[in-house]
Amino acid sequence: MTNMKTKNAIVNTICHVGLTILAVIWLIPIAWLLMHSFRETPTGAFPSALIPETWTFDNYIKLFTDTQLFNYPRWFMNTLVVAIASCIVTTILVLLTAYAFSRLRFKARKPLMNVILILGMFPAFMSMVAIYHLLKAIGLSQSLFSLVLVYSGGAAMNYYIAKGFFDTIPRSIDEAAMLDGATKNQVFWKITLPMSKPIVIYTIMQAFISPWVDFIFVSVIMKDNYQKYTIALGLYQMITRENIQQYFTQFCAGAVIVAIPITILFIIMQKYYVSGITAGGAKG
Amino acid sequence: MKKKNLFQRISSSFSSFFRSIRNGFTGFVNRFVLGDIKTKLSYVIMGFGCLARKQIGRGLLFLGSEVIFILYMITNGVFYLSKLPTLGTTTQGEVWNPELQIYEITQGDNSMLLLLFGVATICIIIGFFILYIWNTKMAYEMQLLEEKGKPLPTFKQDIKDLGNKNFHITVLSLPIALTFAFTILPLIFMILMAFTNFDKNHQPPGNLFTWVGFRNFSEVLISNPMWQQTFIQLLIWTLVWAFFATFLNYVLGMILAIIINKKGVHFKKMWRTIFIITIAIPQFVSLMLMSKILADQGALNNLMVTLGWITDGERIKFLTDGNIAKIVVIVVNLWVGIPYTMLITSGILMNIPQDLYEASKLDGASPIQQFMHITLPYMLHVTTPYLITQFVGNINNFNVIYLLTGGDPKSLNLCQAGETDLLVTWLYKLTVNEQNYALASTIGIIIFVLLATISLLTYNKSNAVQEEDTFA
Repeated sequence: MTNMKTKNAIVNTICHVGLTILAVIWLIPIAWLLMHSFRETPTGAFPSALIPETWTFDNYIKLFTDTQLFNYPRWFMNTLVVAIASCIVTTILVLLTAYAFSRLRFKARKPLMNVILILGMFPAFMSMVAIYHLLKAIGLSQSLFSLVLVYSGGAAMNYYIAKGFFDTIPRSIDEAAMLDGATKNQVFWKITLPMSKPIVIYTIMQAFISPWVDFIFVSVIMKDNYQKYTIALGLYQMITRENIQQYFTQFCAGAVIVAIPITILFIIMQKYYVSGITAGGAKG
Repeated sequence: MKKKNLFQRISSSFSSFFRSIRNGFTGFVNRFVLGDIKTKLSYVIMGFGCLARKQIGRGLLFLGSEVIFILYMITNGVFYLSKLPTLGTTTQGEVWNPELQIYEITQGDNSMLLLLFGVATICIIIGFFILYIWNTKMAYEMQLLEEKGKPLPTFKQDIKDLGNKNFHITVLSLPIALTFAFTILPLIFMILMAFTNFDKNHQPPGNLFTWVGFRNFSEVLISNPMWQQTFIQLLIWTLVWAFFATFLNYVLGMILAIIINKKGVHFKKMWRTIFIITIAIPQFVSLMLMSKILADQGALNNLMVTLGWITDGERIKFLTDGNIAKIVVIVVNLWVGIPYTMLITSGILMNIPQDLYEASKLDGASPIQQFMHITLPYMLHVTTPYLITQFVGNINNFNVIYLLTGGDPKSLNLCQAGETDLLVTWLYKLTVNEQNYALASTIGIIIFVLLATISLLTYNKSNAVQEEDTFA
């Protein structure tokens, strides 16, 4: 018995040590980012010291004051506007589509779901060039509005997770309400939605975050229109070969500013995220 | 019921497709023959049947759409359709203007816009055709209702139905319209582009491009040795990458989750949060950072030089040596992906019936045996769809490769690609840097065929597993 106990203790110690090592590996790059956002610039992009010798807030201040070459505040506002707008449209589209596929029964249901499945297998980037020319043809290219359209236009295709969640709500509740004379429209707004708070929050957050982290679509749509860049593309410009020596620490500061709100949002929504994915994804 | 195999299913879905077309056609003719004069006139003037039966709202909508359609076809549609077979014939040119003493640019055909609007016109025609068929059906239905002496639905009733019986139409019309405009239409356009010669030398508006049939496909797969070699090499690397990126992440993430969930491990919440923070940091930030840390002159090499582990001449080429870079991207992807798998699998792991473990423990199974014979089979069974999505996602994993290595190191054996390029980043480079849209679209279609085959086969298999033996 004591043998068993010591064995357990050894295993647990190994586990803890292992976890600590892993945690350090995972946290180092983040700590590094954070430290270098407070480092003074003149030492070049990558000094050999692990911890900066001098600390300063300059990088953060410069981001918002020195807007000649890199207009960080402008990019931030662009991203915020696009994120809010596309978040609203995307949430509506995703929830409606998911509800229709989960709860309503109509002839085109299966075929439509199959079509969406097949469309999802084309590389998303492939259609970007065509979208760019389409937007150009209707005179919308290089505008923030076009970006909203691009982010929310294909949103309905990501209905799986929300559908998976709706599927877990017992249908008998709907049926009872309809026996009492409720229309499907009323069922959706008054019964299904209030019961689906986690997935609504998940959808909203997911839609809000994606413009902050997208990089490809903006670069195709905005091309060289600096003023209309979003954060991700803007930050990327800061660490190109020509700029990295001078702007690396500002890049770190800019990245920290974006990462903080997203990290907080993500930690809040983690719970819904998991329940959404496991309800929607694991069932298939 | 005997389960059909994949090919029987595909062939039966084809035959049911053709059957429904035939039924639709005979129905179309029958309705005309059996219809009264109001119905018959609806075949020419859309909505006539409705208008004649005092369903003003419906009738006006049908009639209006017919008028708009005809107007569109006369003003634009016919023109674009007529240009579609050639994609334009007049090249943009310069003409000497003797009065102003300058060269003036004469407007030529823009093949790209002609193709784009040509496709749009065909879509509009198909949409109108569906509306037209619907119109004849409705006219006939109303005729039958009238003959039976039943009341016809009013426009008000129609609107009401949209909130209840036909709620799916209300709910889905906006998503479908947007998906159509921003996914389907562009995709059709790009698919067609694979059959043209739209590359750097055929750029509108200066130059025309035209149809070349299957030439691009045959060049990539057979006749152009440079393209063929690039394609095959990148395809192999893409599959290797997707395999390792998916399964290493899956297994290691699961082991991490098991360790954190293990009885006797303290601070479970703290461990979880630490790993989750790394998912929450936007991927482009962490990846760009990693690429700078791992660069030849980057932080990690600098640090090792300072510590005296290596001399300045021996800097490790994490991202600039083809083979090392391939391993590095897979390892960095572990850093990105393991916490994610941990998050997803934690919950499912707790659902595994505990008595399975206890029983096996009594039989003297080691933890490794338990993992191989209980945990892994159970998880694979439950998460097959997730794994397929992950695999497909990794084949198209643009971010990790593009932000980390940019596809580099470049190689002379490859056409416009580097050694760590995936097919999808090659596609990006071909469009954005090379403007070789034709080749890019060809690659895109090949990726699609690849993904579709993989998913069809695995989905089919996982369905079979689920139906034939339910786990435990």
